[in-house]
This record gives sequence, structure tokens and C-alpha cells, in this order.
Amino acid sequence: MSPLRAVLGRELRLALRSGGGAGLGLAFFLTVILLVPFGTGPDPDRLATIAVGTLWIGALLACLLSLDRLFQTDFEDGTLDILALSPLPMEMTVALKCLAHWLTTGLPLVIAAPVLAITLNLPGAAAPWLIASLAVGTPALSFLGAIGGALTVGIRRGGLLLSILVLPLYIPTLIFGAATVRAAIDGTDPTPPLLLLTGLTLAILALAPFAAAAALRINLR
Amino acid sequence: MQMHTEKIGLFTVARGESGSGGDRTVRPRRFPHALPPPLPPGYAKTMALEFTDLCCSRAGLPVLTGLSHRVEDGGITLLRGPNGAGKSTLLRVLAGLLPPESGTATLDGIHLGSSRDAWTEAVAFAGHLDAVKPQLTVAENLRFWAALLGAAGIDAALDAFDLGALADRAAHACSAGQKRRLGLARLALVPRRLWLLDEPAVSLDAAATTALTRLVGAHRAAGGMALIATHTDLDLAGAATLTLSPAPPGITTGPARPDPFLADIAR
Repeated sequence: MSPLRAVLGRELRLALRSGGGAGLGLAFFLTVILLVPFGTGPDPDRLATIAVGTLWIGALLACLLSLDRLFQTDFEDGTLDILALSPLPMEMTVALKCLAHWLTTGLPLVIAAPVLAITLNLPGAAAPWLIASLAVGTPALSFLGAIGGALTVGIRRGGLLLSILVLPLYIPTLIFGAATVRAAIDGTDPTPPLLLLTGLTLAILALAPFAAAAALRINLR
Repeated sequence: MQMHTEKIGLFTVARGESGSGGDRTVRPRRFPHALPPPLPPGYAKTMALEFTDLCCSRAGLPVLTGLSHRVEDGGITLLRGPNGAGKSTLLRVLAGLLPPESGTATLDGIHLGSSRDAWTEAVAFAGHLDAVKPQLTVAENLRFWAALLGAAGIDAALDAFDLGALADRAAHACSAGQKRRLGLARLALVPRRLWLLDEPAVSLDAAATTALTRLVGAHRAAGGMALIATHTDLDLAGAATLTLSPAPPGITTGPARPDPFLADIAR
């Protein structure tokens, strides 16, 4: 077994076993989206206008929920020390952990979102664009979150600080992700915001592992 | 055994004259990994760990203040000293996790800090945390480290600490001593020149402590080196002792450097 598969397999296994954070994001997303109609009232037109924003913000907060566990448990039990001394570069380890986080948190949201969109009366034509924008945007949420997780790894109960650090970084992804779906609803071309979102995500995928690995090295001192 | 002490910096180093190359009753063939790697041409042919004038602070307080020591090929040094004397800090510095403020360290001619990959490939670190995942079984924990570190299998590691019967047990159901054995078994997975062990015998029973000394003995017999911080007596014949004492208050590490940012503000 190669080191890459070993790290990814271990992360997935830990997330899916009891005490892992796999179902947490999806359960939170489900709860938020199902609660919104109770709060705003069942008027279909009003729900349709807030559907895009609610779905995207719900996905964003669901991703944030399990981020503080991304490095914290490994830091506390000494695993991070040994990972830092392994032949695998820290940047690659970080990227694999983010990928595992997306597979267990972001991907279920992408799959659940179009179903939940029905309860918010999202027009059917916009559903494929919702899936596309979430599929392209949520990896960026995991990778950006890794920077916050790495910076706050030495702090007990660093979840609040993590949210404050990470939420501003999520704004561009939120803007272009929601703009894609809104454009599809309005009947304008949704491709430009989706392409901008894709470019943004690719840049984040390329840069975030280096930032997070640097932050982890400092915290391991 | 002859003992003499040397005064190095602030530290008194007691050296025991080592009699033999190690405990030959163990099976060194099981640990071929500890054989020294061939040196590339141009490298200094010093097969040893040597550190000179190491200084290091933690949270602004000096912990190591000019520490020097040498571990020969096949040598073991036990780190002694009261709590807070800097034993763990020294091990983290030598593992490459904590950059020293000043001073140098070389391992077989490799310089700490200049060739990070070569250094980490020569070092095995077992800190006071076991790096054991409670959700995984004993075998799954070991298999992960084996795959990550490039080991062929986990059988030798399971045998080293008699973990065979526990292989399928979830690590959260293991006792503290069993987790410690699992953490230490990682040492038997892959070849490493230098072992850095932080209180390895804590919560080990007598049989496991014997297994530990046997493993360290085999490592040494194959030419490996080890630095072991310990409060308990380990049965390691011919091991040198490096006694650390806490840095006296008021000592600073190196010349005080003015913070350029603060200096800018003051101007």
C-alpha cells in the first residue's frame, strides 16, 4: 500500500467510524434547510427567493462544523509529530486530509442539496447548476478550512477562532457559487460565475496545502 | 566500568566506558535496517550524532543553553535530569520538529536544518504521546504506520512487543501500557539510524520493559544510536549519561536581538 492511499484510507476510516465527523455536516445541513420554511412561512415565492442563499450558507456552515477536528485530534495524540517526520511531505498529508474531509462532508452535501432544494421551491431548471456550483465550490471550503484548522491546532476549543478566521475567506466562494445558481434562475448565462468559481477553487487547492502545512510546522514547535 | 565526568557548558556529562558493542544475545539479523547507509563521496566520515552549543527557548524562556554531546556509532545516551530540564525539548530539536536558536547538530555528516529530508529519514521519534488512534485496531494502527514509513510488514513489530494476541483489539480497549507498547512497536517497522525516545518505559510492565531494552539492544548491535530520556533505570549496559539541569533564571540564549518591527514603531 502506498503512503498516499494509507493516509487517505485512514482518514476515511476514522471519519466513518464511531466518533468520526462524517454524518455531522450532512445532519446539520438537513436540519437547517428543513427549519427555514418554518421560520419564514410556507409562501412558495418567498422561499424561492431565499433558496439559493440558504442552500449555500447551509453548506458553508456544515463544512465549518467538522473543521476543528481536521488536525486537532492528530495534534493531541501525537500523530501529527510522526506525520511531520514521515517521508510524505506535510503539504501532501494536508491535501489528503482535506480531500478526505471533502469526501465525507462536502460530497454528501452536493448529493443532498438538489433534494432539499425542492423543499425551498428552487426552480427545477436551476438544480443542475446548484449541483455544479456546490461540486466545484465545496472542495475550496475544505481546503480553506484547513488553513484555519492548522492555525488554531494548538488552541483548545479553537472552534470559534477558526470560524472567525475562515468565514471571511469563504466569501468569494459564496458569492460566485450563489451567483451561478441565481443566474440560472434569472435566465442569464450561469457559465461566467461558474468558471470564476472553478478558477478560485483551483487556486485555493494549489495554495492552501502550503499555507496549512507551514502553520502546522509552527504549531508543532 | 570506568566513569568520568566532563563539564560541558552548564551541563555535567558523565560518561561510562562501554565494554562491548552491545547485547549479543539478541538476533541482530531481524534488524538489518540499523546498518549505516553508505556515505556519498565527499561526506565527512563521522558515523556519529554530534551536537554543539545547542540553545533553545520555549515560550520565551531558555531551556537549552549551550548543550553539546556526542553519541558514537552504536552508542546509547540516557538523558537524565529533573522535570523541566529540557530533555523533551532536546529530543524535539534533534527530531527536527523544533528549530534550535543556535548551535549545530550533525548525524553521519548530515546537518540538521540544511537537509531536512535526509535528517528525518535517519531519525525515529517516539514522544511521550503514543500516536495511537483509539478507533482503529492495534493491527490497523501499525499497518498505517508501516505503509506510511515504507515497511514491508508489521509482523516483526507485533512480535517485538508481544502484540500478536492484541492485533484485532480496538486501541480504545487497550490499557495505557498496551498503547505504549503499540506506540513503541513503530520503532521496529523501518530502519532508522537514530532513535529518540521520550520516557519510553512509562506505564510499561516488567516484561515490556525487558522487551524495550532488548529492542534497543538489537538496534545498537546493528550499529544504531539512541538518545533516551528516562527517569526509570533501563538495563542498558555501557550507556552514557547526559545529565541536564534546568537553566538558571536570568540566563538568556544568545545575544538579544531587537525586534525590527518594534524598533520601527519606536522610531
